[in-house]
Amino acid sequence: MTTTDTLIPSLDDQDAAELMRAARSGRRRRRLLILSAQIALVVLVIGGWQLASAQGVLDSFTYGSPSGVLDQLKTWFTQGTSTGSIWHNIGVTMEETVLGFLIGTLAGVVLGIALGRIHALAEVMAPFIKAGNSIPRVVLGSMFIIWFGLGPSGKVALAVVLVFFSVFFNAFQGTREVDRNLIANARILGASEWRVTSQVVLPSAMTWIVASLHAAFGFALIGAIVGEVLGAQAGLGQLIQQAQGNFNANGVYAGIIIIAVLALAAEFLITRFEKRVLRWRPTQLSGDTAGL
Amino acid sequence: MAAQANQTTTGTAPAIELRTVTKRFRTPSGGVYTALRDLDLTVAPGEFCAVVGPTGCGKSTTLSLVSGLERASRGETLIHGEPVTGIDRRVGFMFQTDAVFPWKPVLDNVAAGPQFRGVGKREAIEKARDWLRRVGLSGFEDRLPHQLSGGMRKRVALAQTLINEPEILLMDEPFSALDVQTRQIVQDELLSLWELTRPAVVFVTHDLEEAIALADKVVVLTVGPGTVKDTFAIDLPRPRKVQDIRFHPRFVELYEQIWTSLRDEVQLAYARTAGESPRPEQAPEPGSGPVRDHEPAVNEPRTNEATRTNDTIGQPR
Ligand SMILES: Nc1ncnc2c1ncn2[C@@H]1O[C@H](COP(=O)(O)OP(=O)(O)OP(=O)(O)O)[C@@H](O)[C@H]1O
Ligand SMILES: [Mg+2]
Repeated sequence: MTTTDTLIPSLDDQDAAELMRAARSGRRRRRLLILSAQIALVVLVIGGWQLASAQGVLDSFTYGSPSGVLDQLKTWFTQGTSTGSIWHNIGVTMEETVLGFLIGTLAGVVLGIALGRIHALAEVMAPFIKAGNSIPRVVLGSMFIIWFGLGPSGKVALAVVLVFFSVFFNAFQGTREVDRNLIANARILGASEWRVTSQVVLPSAMTWIVASLHAAFGFALIGAIVGEVLGAQAGLGQLIQQAQGNFNANGVYAGIIIIAVLALAAEFLITRFEKRVLRWRPTQLSGDTAGL
Repeated sequence: MAAQANQTTTGTAPAIELRTVTKRFRTPSGGVYTALRDLDLTVAPGEFCAVVGPTGCGKSTTLSLVSGLERASRGETLIHGEPVTGIDRRVGFMFQTDAVFPWKPVLDNVAAGPQFRGVGKREAIEKARDWLRRVGLSGFEDRLPHQLSGGMRKRVALAQTLINEPEILLMDEPFSALDVQTRQIVQDELLSLWELTRPAVVFVTHDLEEAIALADKVVVLTVGPGTVKDTFAIDLPRPRKVQDIRFHPRFVELYEQIWTSLRDEVQLAYARTAGESPRPEQAPEPGSGPVRDHEPAVNEPRTNEATRTNDTIGQPR
């Protein structure tokens, strides 16, 4: 866009600039409109909920209320929880999540690429992978508690399993889809099998792998939380579990809100990472600014 | 540099020799397809050999045999008198389809060869810069392949291949995707670069003019299963300018001869592949400028052929 603009004679140039400005202000107005609609929606729902519980239409003991959730959050952040400060609980959950995410991703990528590259290995492993994948993960949670006790290792293990399968299948598929021409070219140019894998297969498959990371982080979080709900000494899942035990609806909501915030922050980081490693691609996923 | 290229060649052995080579492929339906049958081909060191033939006759397959990416089902493939057992370091291969690494900037793409072969990063980059200059791409070092035009990408591929200074250069329709003007520029570039290091070249093309303008020898293959039908020595003077040599009287003569040989094969292939889309094959007036009438017949199978050929390359089953 910018290059063609400079080639247009000055009179048209002004026209073009005028058009661009109009388009930009139009876009800004639209964005503002959407934002205000979104805010209105939130106010409506939360306000309605608050009003309904204040009026007694909704039983605030069963369904909680926005002000109750706020109070709960305030209590947690100022006075802590029964299992230590809220930051400690967040820390425990995040540690389990991130550890599970990293280990699961690494294992998934390594095994996915290995099986994608080595056909004989893939054939040997196929039934085991399929069988492993068919086990409902929550069952594994109970098993890990027996194996690892109530500490964080069981939660990490559950997160690893959840993350592994989602990353593995993408890494495997990504490896299978690598352009044969690129591999042949690298081999002709003198690359060893290891170089082919690290410098051609991995970058090519990265598109697939990175796409799975969004879901994978969500799975890691689920693994950690479910693990904690099943039995733990600390963590957000354990807080939620405790609130549930006390029929404290507000506590459950407050836990959910904290988890949502964490998930959004992680999503933001993963999107940044994605943009970084896939910079070379002609069409970015969010190519909004590419034309300007 | 030419001296260096020649001294490594062993005595009088041809650079490339295919002896009664047959190549069979297993088809997805479980059958066996013979792509090449009893093909004989000899290319002397420093010789520029063009291969023409109808679509699907086994031109790409021939190159993949020489490169070591594929094994012959029967017969012998020799490079400098030694049997080909795998990928040979002396071979460079420019593929039919784009094969530059899309995630690497131009400079890194060209430097990839030396780096794969263990040259230090700094040295490889220096060399790559030099080669980019030679193919006329200075100033584009930091671009990604998708930010280049098709012609520029081909030149990157050329530099990427030539930087290894192959003694044997295989080129599979390297310029077929380019417009006529760009093609002529790149063809001239290729000729002058070839004069520098004098590799033995096998140059596959559908463009008879291109074949005659560039080569010392044009080999016509029969319709698949491919085997050599005719070999024509191109006794046109060198150095050549591609756009001028076309008007050389000898060029027109050669064109007529070779086209006569090629025409029957092309028509046979056309009848075979395009049975469902009847479009009468026009035998072009020999020597009437750029004649590419046989190309449409060839275009469609050519595109998916590339992936198919390389399927077996990547994963021998
Ligand atoms: N891996 C493969 N498996 C099965 N058949 C194959 C394979 N590779 C090539 N063939 C067949 O072998 C024949 C020759 O293929 P090849 O790619 O060498 O043709 P070509 O002469 O290069 O054609 P074009 O001019 O269209 O590029 C074709 O009929 C093709 O279908
Ligand atoms: Mg081909």
